[in-house]
Amino acid sequence: MQRARSEDLAGELAAALGPEAVRTGSMERSLYARDASMIQGEAAVVCLCASRADVQAAVDIARRHGRAVVPRGAGTGLAGGAVPVSEDGAPPVVLVTTRMNRVVEVDPAQRVAWVQPGVLNLDLSRQVAPLGLHFAPDPSSQQACSIGGNVANNSGGPHCLAYGVTSAHVLAVEVVLSDGSVTTLGGLDPEPAGYDLRGAFVGSEGTMGIATAVAVRLTPLPPVIRTLLVGFATAEDAAATVSAVIAAGVVPAALEMMDQRITAAVEDFVHAGFPTDAAAVLLVEVDGLASGVEAAAETVARLARDGGATSVRVAADAAERDLIWKGRKSAFGAVARLAPNYYLHDTVVPRTRLADILNAVYAVADRNQVAVMNVFHAGDGNLHPLFLFDRRVPGALERVHAAAEEVLRICLDAGGALSGEHGIGLEKRDYMPLLFSEADLVAQDGLRDAFDPMRLFNPLKVLPSGSRCGDLQAVPAGAWV
Amino acid sequence: MRAAPDVLERFRAEVGPDGPVTVAGGMTQWDVGGPVDGSARVVRAPTGVVSHLPAEMIVRVRAGTTVAELDDALGSAGQFVPLDPPDPRRATVGGVLSVGRSGPRRLRWGPVRDCVLEVRFVSAAGELLKGGAPVVKNVSGFDMGRLLTGSLGTLGFLAEVVLRTHPRPAARRWLAGGGDPQQTFDSLYRPSTVLWDGARTWVLLEGHPADVADQAGRLPGFAEVAGPPPLPAAGRVSLAPSAALGWAAGLGPGSFVVEVGVGVVHLGPEAAPAPAPPGPDPAAAAIAARLKARFDPGGRLNPGRRP
Repeated sequence: MQRARSEDLAGELAAALGPEAVRTGSMERSLYARDASMIQGEAAVVCLCASRADVQAAVDIARRHGRAVVPRGAGTGLAGGAVPVSEDGAPPVVLVTTRMNRVVEVDPAQRVAWVQPGVLNLDLSRQVAPLGLHFAPDPSSQQACSIGGNVANNSGGPHCLAYGVTSAHVLAVEVVLSDGSVTTLGGLDPEPAGYDLRGAFVGSEGTMGIATAVAVRLTPLPPVIRTLLVGFATAEDAAATVSAVIAAGVVPAALEMMDQRITAAVEDFVHAGFPTDAAAVLLVEVDGLASGVEAAAETVARLARDGGATSVRVAADAAERDLIWKGRKSAFGAVARLAPNYYLHDTVVPRTRLADILNAVYAVADRNQVAVMNVFHAGDGNLHPLFLFDRRVPGALERVHAAAEEVLRICLDAGGALSGEHGIGLEKRDYMPLLFSEADLVAQDGLRDAFDPMRLFNPLKVLPSGSRCGDLQAVPAGAWV
Repeated sequence: MRAAPDVLERFRAEVGPDGPVTVAGGMTQWDVGGPVDGSARVVRAPTGVVSHLPAEMIVRVRAGTTVAELDDALGSAGQFVPLDPPDPRRATVGGVLSVGRSGPRRLRWGPVRDCVLEVRFVSAAGELLKGGAPVVKNVSGFDMGRLLTGSLGTLGFLAEVVLRTHPRPAARRWLAGGGDPQQTFDSLYRPSTVLWDGARTWVLLEGHPADVADQAGRLPGFAEVAGPPPLPAAGRVSLAPSAALGWAAGLGPGSFVVEVGVGVVHLGPEAAPAPAPPGPDPAAAAIAARLKARFDPGGRLNPGRRP
């Protein structure tokens, strides 16, 4: 296949999608050359698709021109999943779905909504709230991130502890495949025939197809909610309380932990009355029916006091609860005031190991002379060490990378995983061999290959390049992209 | 990379790299997907609950373990996994996952595919492979667990899995009455099960005793019963929840039980023939064919069976 020049590619795309939807200016190409990670790629053309037909046309044209297609939602991804790169170095077509932002249909009787991929996560929940429903996955970026991106990354969020991650809330996905055909994976029926292609697609990070419509499950809003903010004198006490709560048979809707450093930053930022003298703060939310919620809240408060809590505050009303959550979800905004750059890590450990691992994270940061703060989903062991730095300082970025890698290895040694909710993307791709054997990775590549045998979509993501069957070679372990 | 325990290694060797082979559990849902070619050797997956960590809410269990054995192990620590097959003394964990059919409590606790955290399976090439990780939240790599769940052993044979557990609710109560099924479903907050047979509606409530009592009080004309009606097993139809109620309403009362809010219809022998499920569209069928070609190019795993 002869690769045409970028101008011909852009011209054809503009003819198909309309000139306004196709951007080739250096400013826009540079904006779409990266996502919320620190990795830079290069976009040939940016397509702002408004319909499934636009997506199909763009995919067909890119394929004919031999250009990779990198799908992109709101670009809030932290693992480089939407960074345009390609195997042959030719800049890919970036296909943006944010203009496909309609909630197509809401069916309250079946508690399902069909939405376009560009609908923002929080907009969906706000729109269905008058029906007493919500979309349960709630990433911290939920004001900005799109449902399409949630599907691609199988996103989580604080309330996934009780409600499950995105895959549990996606019933069907309409997908454009690399040959330009359209298929619907899964269905509104509970047991669609054949392989669970829907389940395989959710979390595939844009490597298998482009979602053009998503049927999401809507969950009833809980009748009663109790939110507790508990301060501890040590992080160990807080971590031990997390395990004690789960071991007591209470599964809170959310169980979040913030260390003293991040608590202070947040309190300065939102003035939510967080206990800044505490070494660690737990934000615990229990929801459901009244008696179960009261009993669970009492159990949590009792276990916290038994575990050495220095303060226990229960939100008196919805306004106070919203303020506490605003503090939690503004953590990354608060940190932006403290340093020009931050790197947000994402790993998972068995929750009973939280205290050790936290101490190890502090030790790693000290050793590498990097400032670190911790705010994370303690209930499911999903750590988010936040490394602060100034990219302009020589060696600073390298020290952050070294610290992040050390943390990753510690978490895997403890029986954890590479990523809890941000995905692998480019950033963690070359660490996959720490968790999986070569043969495991070849199997995963076979799954991807079944969806996209042409390798048109989002090349070089998730799997190390040596994972392809018949192309086995040692992958240099530990190479940070 | 940890060395595989001997028992998994033995299973791997038994499946081997060649020749037609099938894996049998309790054979309680053996007809699903059609008969396996008679030439296939029969192997059985290893058994036993390896470890249950209640504070992690996970259990590692070998695929040949019966669901009853798993339930007993978890129950002693006050937890459960909502697999709920019809015959838990015979049905195995690997069999339930490979068939992929969920029990009637999926309305509250989710389908079986949502409880799978890690899978270890033997590939058609006779390798012991892994997908996922033993933690409750994980997006490291593609979702092999969901791919294998419901694949009827045509892509790989499950050897060992890590499942997410839940605390057992403090109280559970079955009620039955003449209420309209959709209205009954709408009036409750996250009931565990709502069943309807065309004449009566059954409800399973689980949770704090006072909440269960309060919810039960919202069901006028319902009375406590010992358990659900027997679920007829002559046929099983999967439709969108509203369509399932609509279709079942045209059948004779008593010839079916529909899972309200879910869409599974259990059919008795006297029910009208089930509508043929819509086949996958050509693009999805092509993906499925390529999957089979990638994972089992020689067609040796469960030959004849179609998921």
